[in-house]
Amino acid sequence: MEELLTITFVLQTLRITIPYLLPSLGAVYSEKGGVVNIALEGILLSGAFAAAAGTFYTGNIIVGTACGILAGIIIALIHSIVTITFKANQIVSGIALNILAFGITKFFCKILFGSSSNSERIPGIETLDLPFNPFLLLCVIILGITYFTINKTRFGLRLRAVGENPQAADSLGISVTKVRYLGVLISGALGGLGGAWLALDQHSYTDGMSAGRGYIALAAMIIGKWNPMGAAGACLLFGLAESFTLQFQDSGIPTQFIQMLPYVLTIIVLAGFIGKANPPAADGVPYEKKD
Amino acid sequence: MTNHLAVEMKGITKTFGDLRANDSVDIKITKGTIHAIIGENGAGKSTLMNILYGMYHPDSGTIYINGNEAVIHSPADAIKLGIGMVHQHFMLVNTLTVLENIILGDEVTGALNTIDKRRSRQKVKQILNNFDINIGLEEITGTLSIGTQQKIEIIKLLYRNAEILILDEPTAVLTPQETDELFKTLKVLKAEGKTILLITHKLNEVLGISEFITVLRNGKVTGNTETKDTDKDQLAGMILGGSFESIKRKQNSPAEEFILEIIGVSVRSDKGLPAVKDLSFEVHRGEIIGIAGVEGNGQHELIEAICGLRDYSGSFILNGKPADKDLPVAHIPANRHKHGIVMEYNLAENVLLGREGEAEFSTGVSIKEKALRAYTERLIKKYDIRPAEADLLIGGLSGGNQQKVVAAREMSKHTDLIVVSHPTRGLDIKAADFVHSVLLEESAKGKGIILVSSDLGELLKLSDRIAVMFNGKINAMLDSATTNEREIGSYMLGLSGSGGDKG
Ligand SMILES: Nc1ncnc2c1ncn2[C@@H]1O[C@H](COP(=O)(O)OP(=O)(O)OP(=O)(O)O)[C@@H](O)[C@H]1O
Ligand SMILES: [Mg+2]
Repeated sequence: MEELLTITFVLQTLRITIPYLLPSLGAVYSEKGGVVNIALEGILLSGAFAAAAGTFYTGNIIVGTACGILAGIIIALIHSIVTITFKANQIVSGIALNILAFGITKFFCKILFGSSSNSERIPGIETLDLPFNPFLLLCVIILGITYFTINKTRFGLRLRAVGENPQAADSLGISVTKVRYLGVLISGALGGLGGAWLALDQHSYTDGMSAGRGYIALAAMIIGKWNPMGAAGACLLFGLAESFTLQFQDSGIPTQFIQMLPYVLTIIVLAGFIGKANPPAADGVPYEKKD
Repeated sequence: MTNHLAVEMKGITKTFGDLRANDSVDIKITKGTIHAIIGENGAGKSTLMNILYGMYHPDSGTIYINGNEAVIHSPADAIKLGIGMVHQHFMLVNTLTVLENIILGDEVTGALNTIDKRRSRQKVKQILNNFDINIGLEEITGTLSIGTQQKIEIIKLLYRNAEILILDEPTAVLTPQETDELFKTLKVLKAEGKTILLITHKLNEVLGISEFITVLRNGKVTGNTETKDTDKDQLAGMILGGSFESIKRKQNSPAEEFILEIIGVSVRSDKGLPAVKDLSFEVHRGEIIGIAGVEGNGQHELIEAICGLRDYSGSFILNGKPADKDLPVAHIPANRHKHGIVMEYNLAENVLLGREGEAEFSTGVSIKEKALRAYTERLIKKYDIRPAEADLLIGGLSGGNQQKVVAAREMSKHTDLIVVSHPTRGLDIKAADFVHSVLLEESAKGKGIILVSSDLGELLKLSDRIAVMFNGKINAMLDSATTNEREIGSYMLGLSGSGGDKG
């Protein structure tokens, strides 16, 4: 018991945190700019599938990862066109894309792997064999870049402006459309990368393997008050809770109780600790020029 | 001949549905002058300026900038042509710092597109120094007073080196002192050769600072004149299309009985500092108490405490009974967009705001749509709200007409106490006069009214007594029949009085 709670436990927690953290950071980009992106669930799933397929055919996990990112970007692009250019309801578009992603992955899984439930085994990443996990390193770098981009760069400033008061940004000659597209596309890329990790970590794709992580990533972003560091903290918390679940599975404590833990944690944190969360004022609201 | 014109707009027509907001408007603005654009609420002033700034696209018409035909499809085009605009409703991002708001869209960047804060700050500081303006650049914009926000808007233009400055009712929200400061700045800018287009409803300002005047009425130009050739009466005639008699000052005198007693009330500001300090006074039945003061001396916090929008210590006694948190009070807030209206609601829904529970509009389960509509239509008529359509979104109304909706709703509430902050902000002379007459009417009915205004003329005309606030206390309680603007002014600045509570 004692030694289990050490290095292995930490590594396991971090491993579990990755597929929350990447889409959660993606959500920060999207929502800071004023676009709610619940399509992240579908993005995560498509990313996982595309990464598995890419890796399977090329035998190269880097190419596979790139495929995952690309798939995420494509779905994000559709979400942008529908919600930014055509100003459709962002939640509806997100749900539709999630349903679409579930169907399409099943369909292609059957075509490519001859089974709609899982892919064949692919090369992946052996977390425990490597001195460090390359994805983990990537996560830390991306977290740093995200914090920096949002708070210190021109793009970040414009993104925050566009999510808070698009009309003000427009009146200063900033293209609200362009900035919002970029935010959503970045969220697609990060979601796709998160999906790639899921597949590579498991050495295969299984149907529906995103398993609600996209939604939890959004919840983490809200708990983190739309800030990259806050979101990362919340994701780590979820990772920790889930890791405990695995750890104590056969310890005599009823498993149902243990499995409740992450959800109880979410509710406690949401209700008690973070206080009032203020989303960007124009989050979820399409920008209509007055003209 | 044409190159001395900074702006020429020819045959500008703009319709919203059937409404002609601008109807073949021609206007010429001479370079290096201050040109006033005046007219009733809804005359089309903001629309015309929004077209010049690229926010709206005209149905037809041509624009020339410095003699060259210009294609202005967006604010970005306008900015490139050296045009800058301070909008009637501010265009600030509340959550950003002052510095971020100023540089937004024209950021000074270094490597990796990072914002070079040091250089941005230097550039902005330079402007602040040149114009002797003092603002904390790291403050969060949304927490600042309206007067300060106004300054930020102007600094935004200066930062962009705008040559043609459009100011849409900049003085509506300013105190007289702030207006003086602004006009000083404008004169400096004019001396530098910049061209200024100024919209205002205050004719004294027009006569004081402008060189040319264009009058709009129902979307058409009804007058063009040099300022030196005209006077107040003639302008009023051009604006209203006829003569107009303004109401007399308050006649009725208050009763003995108190409506509201304020006893030892203290309130803290947003920053947690004491803003109102152990303040006491009474409002009698039928009395209008004016509250004067330089912005930031506690008026705002006091009003919010009375209206239940802010915590306080001390007590309020309403009609002889100690009141708890929810005083029944009609309230016209200083910032209509923040507290008064919901832009995405139509007129009727905005009229209903805060009154959903009244039996007149509610069956207890659902809204009485018909009754609400009829009621809204009555208010529209009484207050001359234009366009007169109950199901129009309020966001499509001109600024003055939005203000009329708030005033109409609040003044028709059945409460004994009315609290109004700057009720005529942005209203044209006739509409302002009408709101004054309603306030007097309500006080004659025996209501008690607390009136906060930066317009001392308005305070003197309407109030029985004027409480001058200074540093969170009442520095003087003056009888408006015997005081004057000068005396009020010196108490406002704390030059006279003890700063103690004489209420
Ligand atoms: N976005 C819009 N949609 C629909 N109607 C509009 C819109 N903007 C303006 N209007 C209408 O055009 C007319 C002119 O409005 P505008 O805002 O130009 O008036 P204004 O002269 O600036 O008045 P005020 O002094 O009250 O600000 C008004 O009747 C207004 O209702
Ligand atoms: Mg206007």
